[in-house]
Amino acid sequence: MIVLDGVSHAFDGRPVLADLSLTLAERRIGVVGANGSGKSTFARLLNGLVVPSAGSVLVDGIDTRRDAKAARRKVGFVFQNPDHQIVMPIVAEDLAFGLKPRGFGKAEIAARVDAALSRYDLAHLRDRPVHQLSGGEKQLIALSAVLVLEPALLVMDEPTTLLDLRNRNRLAEAVAALPEPVVMVTHDLDFIAGFDRVLMIEDGRLAADGLPAEVLPFYRERMR
Amino acid sequence: MTIGLYAPGASALHRLPAGVKLGALVAASLALFAIPSTIVALAAVPVAFAVYLSTGLGLNRLILELRGPALLLCFVFVFHALAGSVEEGIAAVARFAALILLASAVTLTTPVSEMAALVERLLGPLEPLGVNPAKVGLAIALAIRFVPMIAEEYRQIREAQAARGLDRNLLALVVPLIIRTLKAADDLADAIEARGIET
Amino acid sequence: MTRDVSTRDIVYIALFAALMAAVNLVPPIQVAFLPVPITAATLAVMLAGCLIGAKRGGLAILLFVLLVALGLPLLAGGRGGLSVFFGPTAGFILSWPVGAYVTGWLTEKNWPRMNAVWFFIFSVIGGIGVVYLIGIPWLALVAKLSLFDAAKGSLIFVPGDLVKAIAAAAIAETVRRAYPLMQAAR
Repeated sequence: MIVLDGVSHAFDGRPVLADLSLTLAERRIGVVGANGSGKSTFARLLNGLVVPSAGSVLVDGIDTRRDAKAARRKVGFVFQNPDHQIVMPIVAEDLAFGLKPRGFGKAEIAARVDAALSRYDLAHLRDRPVHQLSGGEKQLIALSAVLVLEPALLVMDEPTTLLDLRNRNRLAEAVAALPEPVVMVTHDLDFIAGFDRVLMIEDGRLAADGLPAEVLPFYRERMR
Repeated sequence: MTIGLYAPGASALHRLPAGVKLGALVAASLALFAIPSTIVALAAVPVAFAVYLSTGLGLNRLILELRGPALLLCFVFVFHALAGSVEEGIAAVARFAALILLASAVTLTTPVSEMAALVERLLGPLEPLGVNPAKVGLAIALAIRFVPMIAEEYRQIREAQAARGLDRNLLALVVPLIIRTLKAADDLADAIEARGIET
Repeated sequence: MTRDVSTRDIVYIALFAALMAAVNLVPPIQVAFLPVPITAATLAVMLAGCLIGAKRGGLAILLFVLLVALGLPLLAGGRGGLSVFFGPTAGFILSWPVGAYVTGWLTEKNWPRMNAVWFFIFSVIGGIGVVYLIGIPWLALVAKLSLFDAAKGSLIFVPGDLVKAIAAAAIAETVRRAYPLMQAAR
């Protein structure tokens, strides 16, 4: 559960988000908004990548301003471009990368990496160089590299933008099967039509908050 | 992972630990430069050649390796000859030839990953001085990761600039390449932090 | 040396090492009035100093040199491995990180007044001055040549290096205006 209390954020003196107070407890939450509305900053607030200029963000009770590191461990973050997220040159090395600093032994790391890869039938990619994979495979690897760290919940920032329809559908299936709560920022309105709650951000403010059936038609109307 | 100049094989040199090979190479170079004898330098060449051949790698590979240095060594010899000492020239060229052969043999028989692990080990004792071997390892991995990414970005930018006739303009190619890859670097730094890894 | 290097610094260092590698993959350019082709290596040395400063720029090029030593064929013409460090021109390669550091140090000290002309001057000092100051005596020492002969053999590269310094200045000035790096992004 993430609780935002009176959160405002300014970047270089320019206000990006203003006075957000929210409790995020639903299993699937979508976030929509125009380019530049502040939704990427909103996503980054949820795991302490951005700390608010005012107010507080609590991730399962952990204040991101006090202990951003602990908050990041709770929240897995999937970025828009997997090429900008995958750190190591080889698939298995990248999954292992986040595990090493947690003090696991070699065998334990290998076992966790294999388990994470088989979750999406990616075991055959284990020793492949990342740059040879397709965009869809890369996004699933990026997701696996986050899931292997066993986060309590996931934040995704436009994860389908660079995917073709088939890979987008594959990711939708993968997300649907996740037991972890998900907060997803996206322009792909069909993706979140079945979610439990949708937030709409406009000029850094919360413009709508409710069921997809209420918020999405409103958002479509506003974007005309 | 077989990237780089490493050529897989099963020779004695392939099986030797990277640290031993590197140590021997450094010792050989120190010896060759410390002993000012033309005979020793000349004798070192066939020895180095034998070491190279023992790796089981063909002569084709050797010619490829030595094409660049060969030209340089010609220049060195010519300068010595012009300065009046042909013997000095022969000794200098022989010394370089022997060391280049030995160093090539080490590089060709040692995987990059093994060399990288050796570097991390060698940096261990420097830790009190503030050198963090894990950070160096991360930097090596990231750089290897970036090379194909840059190549792909460059391909896209060249295509885009060709569409407006700017594909021979250095600024139009390099500036967008640097700015786009800097953006990627910023995202990647975020992604590393997002995974809860602090360095 | 790496104690005060943040994650973001490491990513930038790796990026510029990789950019240096990518630049070296560009085939040498033959310019009509120059006797030797221009290879791009020192262009990246100058750019690293101009764009990410002394510490990060110097470490980026040092990382590149390390990658070459590890056996990656990243130098012009696909050369690499330990053998290049035992050839007569090793001093030039080892001078590159120092050159990037010097260009970066001068750039940082003068950041508020940087423009294309200063970028050019600092690129010449770090990317040409420092490189020859280390490379030529090294060549003389290991090839047992006189300093004068070693310098004579090296100077044919200077015109090409000046062309690179002009290119580096133009690129650095454009990037400086588009993406402010020296105030350590974010």
